[in-house]
Amino acid sequence: MSVEPPLALTAELTHRCPLHCPYCSNPVELSADELTTEAWADAIEQASRLGVLQLHLTGGEPLVRDDLEALVDHAARLGLYTQLVTSGVGLDERRALRLAELGLNSVQLSFQAADPALADRIAGRKAHTGKLAAAGAVRAAGLPLIANVVLHRLNLDHVEAIVELCLTLDPQRIELANAQFHGWAFLNRLALLPDREQLDRAAVTYDNLRRRLSGTVELAWVLSDYAERRPKPCMGGWARYALTVAPDGAVLPCPAARSIDTLTFHSIGDRPLAWIWRESAAFNAYRGGGWMLEPCRSCDRRAVDHGGCRCQAFALTGDARRADPVCSLSPDHAAFVRSLGDQGGRLRYRRLGHSSSSKPSAAISRP
Amino acid sequence: MPRRPDELRPRLADGALLRHDDVRDVDVLLLPERVVTLNPTGRAILQLCDGSRTLAEICELLERRYSGAAVTADVAAFVDAGTQNGLLR
Repeated sequence: MSVEPPLALTAELTHRCPLHCPYCSNPVELSADELTTEAWADAIEQASRLGVLQLHLTGGEPLVRDDLEALVDHAARLGLYTQLVTSGVGLDERRALRLAELGLNSVQLSFQAADPALADRIAGRKAHTGKLAAAGAVRAAGLPLIANVVLHRLNLDHVEAIVELCLTLDPQRIELANAQFHGWAFLNRLALLPDREQLDRAAVTYDNLRRRLSGTVELAWVLSDYAERRPKPCMGGWARYALTVAPDGAVLPCPAARSIDTLTFHSIGDRPLAWIWRESAAFNAYRGGGWMLEPCRSCDRRAVDHGGCRCQAFALTGDARRADPVCSLSPDHAAFVRSLGDQGGRLRYRRLGHSSSSKPSAAISRP
Repeated sequence: MPRRPDELRPRLADGALLRHDDVRDVDVLLLPERVVTLNPTGRAILQLCDGSRTLAEICELLERRYSGAAVTADVAAFVDAGTQNGLLR
């Protein structure tokens, strides 16, 4: 099978983050190890030579690295389209302007809610006011702003107020992304998952907003996989368009892939990035369709959705080759739906040094 | 409502980056979540969309470059589609 080069690199510069959002998709076991500036510069350069055109600098919170400017400069010299994905905490006008001068192309800024008290409750610290200032700094530096809001049980009733708030910040695009359940969000899925009625009400609100704002600002709405009847073509297919480098240098097909602990992932520095992309067993594990089990193997949608998300299949069934259980054709679907029966409960906030004993095992048991 | 060619001054969307992709040997327009592959004509049009030239001026320049071929309808359609898709504003 011929392997096309990747288009995008997600560089998770650090797992350190001033926020503690329970919907975070970072792994529950956060990494304290971080690559050096030189190692990141090398990883970015190798990615560019391999064919990567877009770089997402994320984390954790990438602003906590004081070499962020050096890496943006390096990426710009390579001609990469560089986007900063940030909470905005610590982004003042001076730093935003400096990053823009060095060649940063856009900023994706997260918001938790419109109401400051609720936003800070979700973030696990006082941050909301600083985020509004950061949005101003981004626009003052002439950078396009993408406002990203992860939606869940605690803020789905306030979609209109959230969009109204975002509109005051002069964004190019507003992303309303219903929480996907990986990492910390998976741990918190019962507390984050909305009622069907709540989700339907929010979808109607979104639809009205979309019509009202048509031709002014781009509004995106992404449903959670859990709310779909058929799975999404996760990442457009395993190791097909994008790759991720974790803070400690592990090279992954997607930010959640490390949760599949039956695979061995190489680190940047162990092997050339081009080899990891083209040749490594982990990257080839779910390429094409040869790995599929029934019902995916004979499904007429197998080339459309690739059987859904491998990480989700692994998290829910313990076997990454099984059909994504969100698919109603999956033999695990009924057990999956039952496992979501008891919604609500306590939130566990994202923290470094979280005890590994709470690592979730396969969430549904198969007959 | 499409504006007249002598009024419309198209320019690339904020943050859009036009470059050559050496690995795939193709011209691309890069946006926050998108990579758009361009043919040579698409690149030639987008390069002229700098926010100062009117659509009429862009067409005139291209007609001169392509030895008098009538391009107005095609360029207008391309610019219109590009605006709908968020590549131009």
